[in-house]
Amino acid sequence: MKDVKHLVVSAIKDGTVIDHIPAKDLFKVITILGLDHIENQMTFGSNLESKKLGKKAIIKISDMFFRNEDINKIALVAPEAKLNIIKDYNVVEKKVVEVPDTITGIAKCVNPKCITNNEEITTRFSVVDKKKVILKCHYCEKITDQENMRIV
Amino acid sequence: MKNRSLVSISDYSREEYLKILDLAEKFENNPRQDILKGMVVATLFFEPSTRTRLSFESAVNRLGGKVLGFSDASSSSATKGETLRDTIKMVCNYADLIVMRHPLEGSARFASEVSKVPVINAGDGANQHPTQTLLDLYSIRKTQGTLENLNIFMVGDLKYGRTVHSLLMAMSEFNTTFYFISPDELKMPDEYKRYLKNKGLKYYEFKDFTDIINQADIIYMTRVQKERFSDPIEYERTKNAYILRNHMLKDSKPNVKILHPLPRVNEIHLDVDTNEKAYYFTQALNGVFVRQAIISSILGLN
Ligand SMILES: [Zn+2]
Repeated sequence: MKDVKHLVVSAIKDGTVIDHIPAKDLFKVITILGLDHIENQMTFGSNLESKKLGKKAIIKISDMFFRNEDINKIALVAPEAKLNIIKDYNVVEKKVVEVPDTITGIAKCVNPKCITNNEEITTRFSVVDKKKVILKCHYCEKITDQENMRIV
Repeated sequence: MKNRSLVSISDYSREEYLKILDLAEKFENNPRQDILKGMVVATLFFEPSTRTRLSFESAVNRLGGKVLGFSDASSSSATKGETLRDTIKMVCNYADLIVMRHPLEGSARFASEVSKVPVINAGDGANQHPTQTLLDLYSIRKTQGTLENLNIFMVGDLKYGRTVHSLLMAMSEFNTTFYFISPDELKMPDEYKRYLKNKGLKYYEFKDFTDIINQADIIYMTRVQKERFSDPIEYERTKNAYILRNHMLKDSKPNVKILHPLPRVNEIHLDVDTNEKAYYFTQALNGVFVRQAIISSILGLN
């Protein structure tokens, strides 16, 4: 199984591999992490077979390492994601994504009458259910669940 | 509470509710005091609510303070496209406290973060109206002598009615048993029932209240609005089940009181008005004392 993976998306010397991204959310992850604005070499594969997710995606970024608070931002769309930190072709560290207690500026509030949807305001949510990723708006106090979640 | 905004009823603890109620009692006994002399309170009403605005302005005036502001958005700069952020930043230079009502939900929380002076939420859309809740608590304690162990009936629109949601949150601190009486379409949302369950509190749901009304200590009535129903026929069929009439109170508890956030439409029949168990007009009057208590405690004058 491990070898198959390496065949699909080629190995990197130094950098980060983000695995177990739901295939449909690959581009959301790219947006959230700002990978669409970087110059680093990056390869990704999508619609790969996964026992857990059905279809998964994987991203490999050369010479890029994330701070935990940044990587936790993708928990909204890819809570199962796993990170491998690569140094000299070897995995030196593994990380999982943790759903943070609060989410700032990533998701939109589902409520059209919320002030954050009517004026330039950075959204803020508390996470009321980490497993199902259910958010409560800091402003209007309404619930936004994963089904209704839109990324800013 | 000093210098802290009051946006949501959950901003205050059980002890703080009680502190406000004790203070309100003092203002009821002595409503005219000069403690706000030289202070300015801004009342910013981005949507009209004469009842709430007059209650706040009366509270400030009776304490010797001055009021400035506007009573609907058309007389503010909001109609010229000014953002709420800019309006609040400007106004907080002119006032010691801001009282604000706004049609958008979350606007008061946002204002409290932008403002240099504390903000009291006088209603942000369908979200919160904490001073209404505190005056409801005051009315309940005043008429029952306690807030503990009461049977509270909530009747009508329990789905959209923000006053019942906030009252539920506040009363859940006092071992209340809740009776929810509503049509299927307007039932109490699950998140509130879950909240009560987690606190180990009892609640019961009914479609009408004729058989159980005699258990009530407080009957909290709300408006059932036609536009809340997806099926107008359903509205016509059910609306009469949520109208309180005098004869229904025949064998009710002697201590029971009828509350309503007002204005009412037809959900309390006029024949209830003369019953001594009707309390909704006095309830509104209590609003002034409770708002005096809230304003003076936020300004640190007690
Ligand atoms: Zn919101």
